Amino acid sequence: MSLLMHIIKNEWKSLLRGKWVIGYGLIFLILTDTLLRFGGGGAETLLSLSNVMLLFVPLVGMIYGILYIYQSREFVELLLTQPINRRVLYWGLFLGISTPLMAAFIVGSMLPLGWHGILMIDGMASAMVLGLGGVLTLIFAALGFVFGLMFYEDKIKGFGFTIVVWLFLAILYDGLVLMLVFLFGNYPLENFVIAVSMLNPIDLARIMVMLEFDVSALMGYTGAVFNRFFGTTLGITTASVMLLVWLAVPTWIGLNVFRKKDF
Amino acid sequence: MIKVVFTFLLLLSAQSVMAQIIVSPDGGIRSIKEAVELAEPGAHIQVQPGTYVEHNIGIDKPLTLEGIDYPVIDGNNEGYILVINSDSVTVKGFEIKRTGRSYVRDYAAIMIEGAKDFIIEDNRLEDVFFGIYLAQTERGVVRNNRVEAFDTREASSGNGIHLWDVKNPQIIENEVLGMRDGIYLEFVDNAEIYGNISNDNNRYGLHYMFSDGGRYYDNIFRRNGAGVAVMYSDNVDMMNNLFEHNWGTAAYGLLLKDINYSKIEGNRFYRNTVAIYSEGTNEVHIHANDIELNGWAVNIKSNSARNRFTENNFIENSFDVRTDSPRNNNEFVGNYWSQYEGYDLDRDGIGDVPYRPVSLFSMVITKQPESLILLRSMFIKLLDTAERIAPVLTPKTLYDEQPKMDRIRR
Repeated sequence: MSLLMHIIKNEWKSLLRGKWVIGYGLIFLILTDTLLRFGGGGAETLLSLSNVMLLFVPLVGMIYGILYIYQSREFVELLLTQPINRRVLYWGLFLGISTPLMAAFIVGSMLPLGWHGILMIDGMASAMVLGLGGVLTLIFAALGFVFGLMFYEDKIKGFGFTIVVWLFLAILYDGLVLMLVFLFGNYPLENFVIAVSMLNPIDLARIMVMLEFDVSALMGYTGAVFNRFFGTTLGITTASVMLLVWLAVPTWIGLNVFRKKDF
Repeated sequence: MIKVVFTFLLLLSAQSVMAQIIVSPDGGIRSIKEAVELAEPGAHIQVQPGTYVEHNIGIDKPLTLEGIDYPVIDGNNEGYILVINSDSVTVKGFEIKRTGRSYVRDYAAIMIEGAKDFIIEDNRLEDVFFGIYLAQTERGVVRNNRVEAFDTREASSGNGIHLWDVKNPQIIENEVLGMRDGIYLEFVDNAEIYGNISNDNNRYGLHYMFSDGGRYYDNIFRRNGAGVAVMYSDNVDMMNNLFEHNWGTAAYGLLLKDINYSKIEGNRFYRNTVAIYSEGTNEVHIHANDIELNGWAVNIKSNSARNRFTENNFIENSFDVRTDSPRNNNEFVGNYWSQYEGYDLDRDGIGDVPYRPVSLFSMVITKQPESLILLRSMFIKLLDTAERIAPVLTPKTLYDEQPKMDRIRR
């Protein structure tokens, strides 16, 4: 355990020396503050922030994860020659780089929300947007790790794959869903649509934002399945559980790849 | 001379002593019915604290019925409780419980029929079928009462304050909870309704039918099954009310049906499924309202024309405007739309490109409601933006030519 903490602390130190995590936090600080100054009230700002969050946090998380694998290749390989358990090393590296990134987003966005008093007025909604950003950072940093380890030798391929996956999950996926809805419009689709949305972490996060801000619209829909899903705690519970699954699966795959890989 | 005046005063005070009747559970007069029978016109009946199990108490002469420390009149689930047929009656300070229930007759806790100039105030009504029922009355005041019942079935619950064929009533600062309609008006002229709270009713918080020339303001309507409905009425002013948390497939903050020449001003609509629903509505001016975080801010049917929406704040509604018409017969000018993405080069506070409040996605979900799950997704935003730049499917003439850049402060 102390070894794990040692690796994590070491990662933190080198990240702070690199300074750009601080820059990332500053971007969100300036962005949130600007939105609050020029955008008006709490709900407006939180929705704009969540839009930016849903779009960029996954991209940055994934690029950051894969970049780390490529950049610190020598360092990791050096560590691997030492008598260190690979499982401990993996967790140390992953948590060492993903937690500062998560903290940068959360702290950077939270400070302006705090000094503009939104945290007090819209506490639940703020906590939800910040928390979702945090979880998405972890998920996509883990995905970045996985791709980095899978395309260890071919960096161009790795980066390309990352960008395509992001583009697919963030934008194209919803287009496909919409197409399917129109193709099979004559069938009962509610369960299908909910299930499909559960397979994309960005959609999951978006649905949770929706549950916070658009429940009044969702209640206007006449279908029983949607009404049960959105109107009770069922929706938020299922979405949270699925997000945790999404967190567990890439980290677990990453761990397995890392353990078995012949560096 | 002094003697005469003295005798006169003596007589006067003797009469007022005579006119004051005291009802008490352990006194000479033990029932309100008995006291009313004994009373001369203009008498003042004081009812001491206690429980009086009585129903169908008919009041057929002008008098004042006053409860001290909220005596309880228990109707024992039978018939009406107070039935007032005379002018100038005041009923004040009672707790009235358990009227009869019926599918044929409108049993009410306080029934006023064919009377003028009455005052009903400071009463608490609980577990009643209808609360306060005004039929063919004139110039009555219903003030500061609380009506509460919790029957969740629409068919077997009555209205809190029910007005039928009434002229110039004043409904002031009452609180109605858990009834069918909180306040119901049918054939009512010039109603003045303000400061009321109408929450958690099974159907409408306030229901206007065929009632011209009234106004309601400073009321709160919250979590009602279907919000507030104003139907078949002209010249109704609706000002400074709060409509919030009215959710459901048929729930509206404010439902307008066949309304003409009316004014909706300074209200706040917060988190309703549809904030304003308008059908067959003409020449209504919707001005300076705050419409925030609703599912649909405005749903306006094609049979509504010449309505004007000016200086409203539309803030983060899931959808701003929905319509079934390819044309636009109404006017949207100078509103603030939080989803407006235009610019203001000449810095006069008004956006340089018009705002189109009907989004493509709102038309998509009309066709395929399941796609609602894609709300706020990046793909949908791209589609909406493309449609706004070059409208193909959305009404081409429905736009706000002078959208405000900043929220309108009031």
